[in-house]
Amino acid sequence: MVPIGHYLILSGLLFAIGTAGVFLRRNVITLLLSVEVMLNAVNLTFVAFGRQFGTVDGQIITFFVMTVAAAEAAVGLAIVIALFRHRESLSPEAFTNLKW
Amino acid sequence: MLALIPLFPFLGFLVNAVLGRRLPKAVSGGLACAAMLAAFAVALAQVMALAALPPESREISHTVFTWIKSGDFALDLTFRLDPLSALMILVITGIGSLIHIYSTAYMHEETDSDFARFFSYLNLFVFFMLLLVLGSNFLVMFVGWEGVGLCSYLLIGFYYVKKSAGDAAKKAFIVNRVGDYLFVLGALLAFVTFGSFDFQIIAAKATAMPPEVAFGTLSLITLLLFGGATGKSAQIPLYTWLPDAMEGPTPVSALIHAATMVTAGVYMIGRNAVLFEHAPITLGVIAAVGAATALFAGTIGLVQNDIKRVLAYSTVSQLGYMFLAMGVGAFGAGVFHLYTHAFFKACLFLGSGAVIHALHGEQDIRHMGGLKKGLPITYWTFLIASIAIAGVPGLAGFFSKDEILFETFAHGHQVLWVMGVVTSLLTATYMFRLVFLTFHGERRSAPATASHGHAAAHDHAHGHDDHAAQGHGGGHGGGPLHDAPPAMAIVLIVLALGSVLAGYLGVPHALGGHNSLAEWLKPSFAATSTALAECNVPVSLPGAPAGMTMAECAPGDAVPAVASAAQTAGELAIPASAQAADAHEAPADLGHGAAGEEDKTQLELTLMGVSSLIALLGIGLAAFLWLKNPQIPASMAARFPGLHKLLLNKYYVDEIYDAAIVHPIQTASSQGLWKVADTRIIDGAVNVTGYLVAGVSAVLRLFQTGSVRSYAASTFVGVVVILGYYLWR
Repeated sequence: MVPIGHYLILSGLLFAIGTAGVFLRRNVITLLLSVEVMLNAVNLTFVAFGRQFGTVDGQIITFFVMTVAAAEAAVGLAIVIALFRHRESLSPEAFTNLKW
Repeated sequence: MLALIPLFPFLGFLVNAVLGRRLPKAVSGGLACAAMLAAFAVALAQVMALAALPPESREISHTVFTWIKSGDFALDLTFRLDPLSALMILVITGIGSLIHIYSTAYMHEETDSDFARFFSYLNLFVFFMLLLVLGSNFLVMFVGWEGVGLCSYLLIGFYYVKKSAGDAAKKAFIVNRVGDYLFVLGALLAFVTFGSFDFQIIAAKATAMPPEVAFGTLSLITLLLFGGATGKSAQIPLYTWLPDAMEGPTPVSALIHAATMVTAGVYMIGRNAVLFEHAPITLGVIAAVGAATALFAGTIGLVQNDIKRVLAYSTVSQLGYMFLAMGVGAFGAGVFHLYTHAFFKACLFLGSGAVIHALHGEQDIRHMGGLKKGLPITYWTFLIASIAIAGVPGLAGFFSKDEILFETFAHGHQVLWVMGVVTSLLTATYMFRLVFLTFHGERRSAPATASHGHAAAHDHAHGHDDHAAQGHGGGHGGGPLHDAPPAMAIVLIVLALGSVLAGYLGVPHALGGHNSLAEWLKPSFAATSTALAECNVPVSLPGAPAGMTMAECAPGDAVPAVASAAQTAGELAIPASAQAADAHEAPADLGHGAAGEEDKTQLELTLMGVSSLIALLGIGLAAFLWLKNPQIPASMAARFPGLHKLLLNKYYVDEIYDAAIVHPIQTASSQGLWKVADTRIIDGAVNVTGYLVAGVSAVLRLFQTGSVRSYAASTFVGVVVILGYYLWR
């Protein structure tokens, strides 16, 4: 059996990649993809722990996260389309008007 | 049933206040009068029912609802009719009805809405006055006490577009507030001391206490209460508002500032007679203040030129008489004078109203004279009331005033008696000066311009200027005078009859009467037996079963009463049994017996003769000075200019109060409270808070860049810091 540490390391790597993507990439769609990566990194830890302890809790939570992620992606993409129609740009730097 | 009495005027107030503007005068005025007459009818029925009860249990109570309930403390809105409040409600609703009827004619020049406003205030006043009188405890009385003050303010300021009226209203309200403050303190101290607001329980518990020879709690309570009475009843030092209150319409002066409201202080002392009897020091103060006020106001009244102001000072002076009576312990005599005074003073005020009405707003007696022919009804009623107040034998004022003077003398206050007699002389003199200057001699008209200015200043809202021009411009005896219209004339005649007959309720024993009014009132000036039993005060049986109804009494209070039962048994025998007989005369009678009774009658007759002579002397003096030799007063004024100016300016008391109290308060308020405390400290604190928030926000808003990624970065850093803290703690 693959030890739990491997799963956690992989999960940490995925999460770091997602985080770096959120901060470094200059495309809103890529940001959304990076967020998905982060979510799935977390899903991986849940499932890994579920397997380690022989319970189904981790898998149940994962299903919830996937559902939420799907909804988030739908809403996020809709917003991206609306923003694009407005500004003809996908760079997050173009959308900084929401401030005082 | 009892609650109906105040309810009728209140309904009248509600209707006139809400719908009055749209009602014609006949409806709004008629409604107000109907409410009063209904209240009078119910009051009469209730008093009859009361009179049917045996004297020692004459009391009707009606609890409307529990007003305040908090922990152990419960207070009911209870009306209680006893002989004293019975007399008061008859005076209030009876004379109140007459004055309402009079007002329908007197105020007919007003617009519909002002007319309805007037009657709604008047009805509201009667409602509060009845609450004051019928309330069975200090708090209900206090509601009425404040309410009548409010209505007094509203009605003095009825012609609110006149600055003088507005100022007078404010003055009355503020001066009354000083007294009310003392009243509240007194009532609260009474509650702390006796554990109850109820008059009867307080009286019962006070009965168990020995009279307070040295200054103590009882003296303090009664002094504070008397302080409240000086405000409401216009005694030294708080009397200054009453003469100014004459800015109100004349029926208001008659109802509120002569017959009813200003007697509230006298009533309050009568209501707490047992309490005051146990504080001899306070009684001494009351008697001295009353006599001083009577004399002081009488001298001012001698030189005033405004017809209503003369009457106002006369009212202050007569109230002084009532307090003198209360102060010497002659509660019955004081209330008797209250009752007769209501008749003749109301008659005098309404008569002066008829004069002012006929002269279209003229109030200065120097511009009157010779009105006897033009205004016969007004003249005769005014004359009768003047004779009554002067104290000529056979009329109302004679009986009540003589009883007061006799009681004063009999209780050993010779100095106060002399002051009272001198006041009596002054009363007769200034009243007949008023009669002679107003109704006798030649008609004196003011120069047209001056009279115009005067009328405008004094009663502009009421005066009809076109008539005034005609009346005064025509020189001597110009314009035809119209006597009082029927509604006013009838009221004047009824009150004049009352001024003659009211005194016969209290014909003293010395004249072969029974003094039935004093008999009737007596139970009200002692604690009732039921209240005594309720409070477990040992009266007849020192060993009475304890703990009958302890609920009403604070447990601690029963203990000293029982503990001192043996010691106070002798003292209690006096209040308990002698109060049923005659509490205040008991000490005088103790050493005398039958022979003393004979002496007393002799003394009373002598004193009566003296004061009758004094009254006639005063009238003669007035006739000599102002009828036969009108040049003498003028030359006297010229010879003693200082004294004359002092009296004319009312001893400069207003000016002294202005300089000593009003001005410092104004200066402190504007220079200290406004310019420093308000603008600097309060406004400053608010402004600094605002600047501080704005400054901090100016820095904090820089963090809001609008960039989603910087928000995400700060969230991420925050999570890392928190997790780090928990992991490496």
